[in-house]
Amino acid sequence: MDLLSNLALGFGIALSPFTLMLAVFGCFIGTIIGALPGLGPSNGVAILIPLTFSMGLDATSALVLMTAVYYGAMYGGRISSILLNIPGDEPALMTTLDGYPMAKAGKAADALVISGVASFTGAFLATIGLMLLAPLLAGVAFLFGPAEYFALYLLAFATLGGMASNNQAKAAIASCIGLGIAMIGVDNNSGLPRLTGGNLHLYDGVDFLVAIVGLFAISEVFFFIESHGKNTSIGVKLDKVRVPWAALWETKWTQLRASLVGFVAGVLPGAGASLGSFLAYMSEKSIAGEEGKFGTGVPKGVAAPEAGNNAAAGGALVPMLTLGVPGSGTTAVLLALLMTLNITPGPTLFAERPEVVWGLIASLLIANVVLLLMNVPMVKIFVHILSVPAWVLLPGVTMISFVGIYSLSGSYFDLLLMVGFGALGYVLRKLDVPTVPIILGILLGGHMEDALRRAMVLSSGDWTYLFSSNIAIGLWVIAVAGFVAPMFLRGVLKKPQRVTD
Amino acid sequence: MVSDRIFGLVVTLAALAYVVSATQIQTSFMADPVGPKTFPILVGCVAILCGVIVMIRPDPDPDWPAMRTFASLAVAVAVLVAYAYALKPMGFLIPTAIAASVLSYQIEPRPKNAVLAGFGLSIGLFLIFKFALGLGLVAFPKGLIG
Repeated sequence: MDLLSNLALGFGIALSPFTLMLAVFGCFIGTIIGALPGLGPSNGVAILIPLTFSMGLDATSALVLMTAVYYGAMYGGRISSILLNIPGDEPALMTTLDGYPMAKAGKAADALVISGVASFTGAFLATIGLMLLAPLLAGVAFLFGPAEYFALYLLAFATLGGMASNNQAKAAIASCIGLGIAMIGVDNNSGLPRLTGGNLHLYDGVDFLVAIVGLFAISEVFFFIESHGKNTSIGVKLDKVRVPWAALWETKWTQLRASLVGFVAGVLPGAGASLGSFLAYMSEKSIAGEEGKFGTGVPKGVAAPEAGNNAAAGGALVPMLTLGVPGSGTTAVLLALLMTLNITPGPTLFAERPEVVWGLIASLLIANVVLLLMNVPMVKIFVHILSVPAWVLLPGVTMISFVGIYSLSGSYFDLLLMVGFGALGYVLRKLDVPTVPIILGILLGGHMEDALRRAMVLSSGDWTYLFSSNIAIGLWVIAVAGFVAPMFLRGVLKKPQRVTD
Repeated sequence: MVSDRIFGLVVTLAALAYVVSATQIQTSFMADPVGPKTFPILVGCVAILCGVIVMIRPDPDPDWPAMRTFASLAVAVAVLVAYAYALKPMGFLIPTAIAASVLSYQIEPRPKNAVLAGFGLSIGLFLIFKFALGLGLVAFPKGLIG
């Protein structure tokens, strides 16, 4: 009954007219951001965080607004995947595999409605799972001391580097770049500056929002300059939208199975939404077998990755809220949002600020319903967004990023840093070095070092303390396995290639 | 191949420099067993190791763009840096219009569209930021208004 009273508390917060308005507004903006080619959930949410911050909303309202944007962007991403064959971000790649062939066969409207409903199923079930699992995990998390936290952070880097990238060494380099940047600034323990090179602007450290906006949004602009906007091909026309009841009914088990697979993948720290949609698609493909005709434009091939993707997005909130460890680029951005709002995720969050947690969960449920209602009948409106040309869109994104970061500190130095991160992001992405571990490193570096140092204070310098409990040993083992195993599984886990015209 | 070898070398050298500067960190009298140096040095060493691995086992080269595209990218970076410096002293409208026009031209080289996009974005975004979001932006340089 605890659950029901907590939910009642959450809905009490989320159903106030102002919060509800924020949720609807966030869903609308989010869907537009997701639908715009070249803007995915991560960079979309990233450029909006500084602006939300400067609007002076209180923590719960800001959280409701931004999670609505986040969920909306997850929904919107499928529109450009299906109609243009341009995935807004990594997890949406799987949706293009069957979505784009369906659209080319004149069934664009069906694909959009099926994927919308599948997104709803995935996100809805994952939110239920979040409600059940998160309090349990928060209970376990109370047992975590500094040694366990250190191992957990390591686990997040290891699995993220191992599973979500093609080259372990490059993923590790990315993590080191992030951790190295996090060390810059005044040391919390001694109060002395570290690695600032005497630059006064660096005494406060590098703001993670500057890095996120630079690496995600500004580097995207450089990619568009490289391709001269040629990627924004004219997509497929959309005719009358009707609800394909038969196809929806046919995919019901696919949606349920994919949601489960996605949720489990999302809960693993470091794995995240890409793995969720990938596993959901691949498992459905093998269940359907040859007659399933996956890859040629079948409803199941659209439903599976969308349900998996959205379920993983919900599942990724479990480790993020209970342990403070994000599982993917987008949840890393959400963690950045929480930290900007001065909310420290972790087990104490559930005990001390239940209104934040349950308000968030209730607004996720509300946002999900709003998005389903908004996305099925109004999908034609969002489709028009796709026709915004790149030569207006990308300069616009750049200017919004500049104003957002400028409004944080009002200093030109942060803007220069952001441009620097943009150029760095361009080079790294060219070289197939993942940028998400950099963000994770900047976000978690301080906590990770802190955990290590506190562990050593507790044990007065005895390094074996790091392996002194069963939980810690277990985490170390999973971390090593998660980093090493994908090297041998690379042949099995080969990612399907993008559909080309 | 070549790109990755260079990348590995750059990472190794940068990490080496990082480790060296980490050894110079001042420690205070209230030192804990780990101190402020250990973790940065650890991170730097892992990076050196990985840099060497990338040098030894490089991936195939990515498709680097042609020199002309690099020139456009360089122009874009230069414009953004200039924009970063100009935003405070010059006000919002003029630098934004210029920077947005140049960026737009780099993405699609059609001068008329680029200028229209620049001015439209500058004025449109200013109105949104100023009146819908209530940010304290300055439209023109202070000297002009007097």
